[in-house]
Amino acid sequence: MSDLLDFARGPALQVSVMIFIFGVLYRLISLFLTPKNFIASPARENVKGAFGAGVGEIMRRMVPDKEYLRKEMFAFLNGWAFHIGLAITVFGLAGHIMFFKKILGFGWWNLPSNFVMLAGVITLFSLVASLAHRLTDPVLHKLSTLDDYLSGGLTVLPVATGLLATMHLGLRYETLIAIHILSVCIFLIYFPFGKLMHAFLVFVTRAKTGVEMARKGVKL
Amino acid sequence: MAKLFKNMFATSESTALTLGEELAQKGVSRRQILKFSSYVAALMALPASYSTAIAESLSKAKRQSVIWLSFQECTGCTESITRSFSPSLEDLIFDFISLDYSEALMNVSGEAAEAARKQAMEENKGKYVVVVEGSIPLDKDGIYSASGGHTNLDVLKEVAKDAMAIISMGTCASFGGIPAAFPNPTGAVGVHEIIKDKPIINVPGCPPIPEVMTGTIAFLLSLGKIPELDHLGRPKAFYGDNIHDRCYRRPFYERGEFANSFDDEGARKGYCLFNLGCKGPVTYNACATIKWNGGVSFPIQSGHGCLGCSEPGFWDKGSFYSPLSTPTSGLGKAALGAAAVGTAGAVVASLVQRKRREDILKAAAVPKPAETKMGADDE
Repeated sequence: MSDLLDFARGPALQVSVMIFIFGVLYRLISLFLTPKNFIASPARENVKGAFGAGVGEIMRRMVPDKEYLRKEMFAFLNGWAFHIGLAITVFGLAGHIMFFKKILGFGWWNLPSNFVMLAGVITLFSLVASLAHRLTDPVLHKLSTLDDYLSGGLTVLPVATGLLATMHLGLRYETLIAIHILSVCIFLIYFPFGKLMHAFLVFVTRAKTGVEMARKGVKL
Repeated sequence: MAKLFKNMFATSESTALTLGEELAQKGVSRRQILKFSSYVAALMALPASYSTAIAESLSKAKRQSVIWLSFQECTGCTESITRSFSPSLEDLIFDFISLDYSEALMNVSGEAAEAARKQAMEENKGKYVVVVEGSIPLDKDGIYSASGGHTNLDVLKEVAKDAMAIISMGTCASFGGIPAAFPNPTGAVGVHEIIKDKPIINVPGCPPIPEVMTGTIAFLLSLGKIPELDHLGRPKAFYGDNIHDRCYRRPFYERGEFANSFDDEGARKGYCLFNLGCKGPVTYNACATIKWNGGVSFPIQSGHGCLGCSEPGFWDKGSFYSPLSTPTSGLGKAALGAAAVGTAGAVVASLVQRKRREDILKAAAVPKPAETKMGADDE
């Protein structure tokens, strides 16, 4: 067992989980405690209730508008592919569940390792395709910031290193698993401070947008 | 056992004969030597042609003088090698060596024992093999472990000086082992941290597999050279693969079928022990192939995960029962602390923000805020 693995399973994981918890809570609580905005205009009459408007907007954004469906087909399908693949990989592998169990105090049933590996391979290709799309699409490229590439890259790393570790490819297993854990540590440290935070905020912000639009009487 | 002792403490008269002559006198045929040589060659993963060369060199060789030193240890390694379930092999092995000194096994004690050691060192200067069992304490000049008025450190340096090679038998002699576990009160270290000018073969394990010990000794004696070693000084033939890769429970790992406690359905069905903290994926040893008790079983087959006992510092790698994918240290307090700081920081930042906002509103003398919140563009 290498010293690198000891470092990864010990101080690296401890510090990165602490930063992750600190950052996520700081951002979420700050957001929810943000003072009410000053809006001088009254709400439109006969608008949807806030709950309905929020849920409606969450659901509406699950698929692109008909008008853009063809143009956005790749982003739509690829986005779903790597999000589902990532969820299977992160929450379905027995080793990962053990990690969550240690932190949360409870676990759940795992999926067959080979199935998770397949999901991991799909996720990896999908994430790389997403980054390639971002680089090659002129409009998307102009809209992208360093945060987008960092968020994508730091998601690719744990998936790639995890696959190598599971397949025992390249280096000794203890080195591969250490690199995998360290890549997760970097991911956890960056998570709260960049666009990866959308994992916690995506439904909140979509719902909020829906409520705002409804109040203004916008038909979506 | 009587034969074992008789052979182990062979007289100096017998050491004058070649092994071939001596074995012939004892009724061991050339065919048996060849069989043994084939076994050694197979054990060390050598080509079949090596077995003849081993047999030839063994026949011509003199009995090899071996000095077995016991330092900070539990004698488990000696227990292991003497409880081998291959007695015929053990007898043969001990026919090849002259175990001139072993505190645990020799009949004599005290000054007579020390005299035997010194005699063996004198008579076989530069040719004897030293087997070390146990770690060596360095703190306070090594006073924590001594015998005959001499510290282990002094004895090791004295004996190693004219040795042909040293075999560090067990994890304690190889890497410090349990005596070196945190907080390492005696400053225990392995042999290689003290002796720098002699070939050293590490044969770790707590204890090592008997056949790995005897196989390593046999290789050294029969080929007269050090076997190919890995980066930790272990013979690659025995420590080249990790246990996980050779484990018969590996298919269950691939299928995601695990035992989650020692008496659940998964444990009864013999599923993979990864979730119970098995260190097989990061442990290099021959347990899953050579096995123990004459090939009967090994810890994982008996239902307990691998402890990783052939790896340096195995005692200090967190709980034996924590899976490899989990942190070695508890995160509970650290996580709670981070949560508390994050929450407090956010509350303080929000209060400051509110205060600033109120000051601005007051200064601008605008009406009080309406009912909506900010943050819609945070996605």
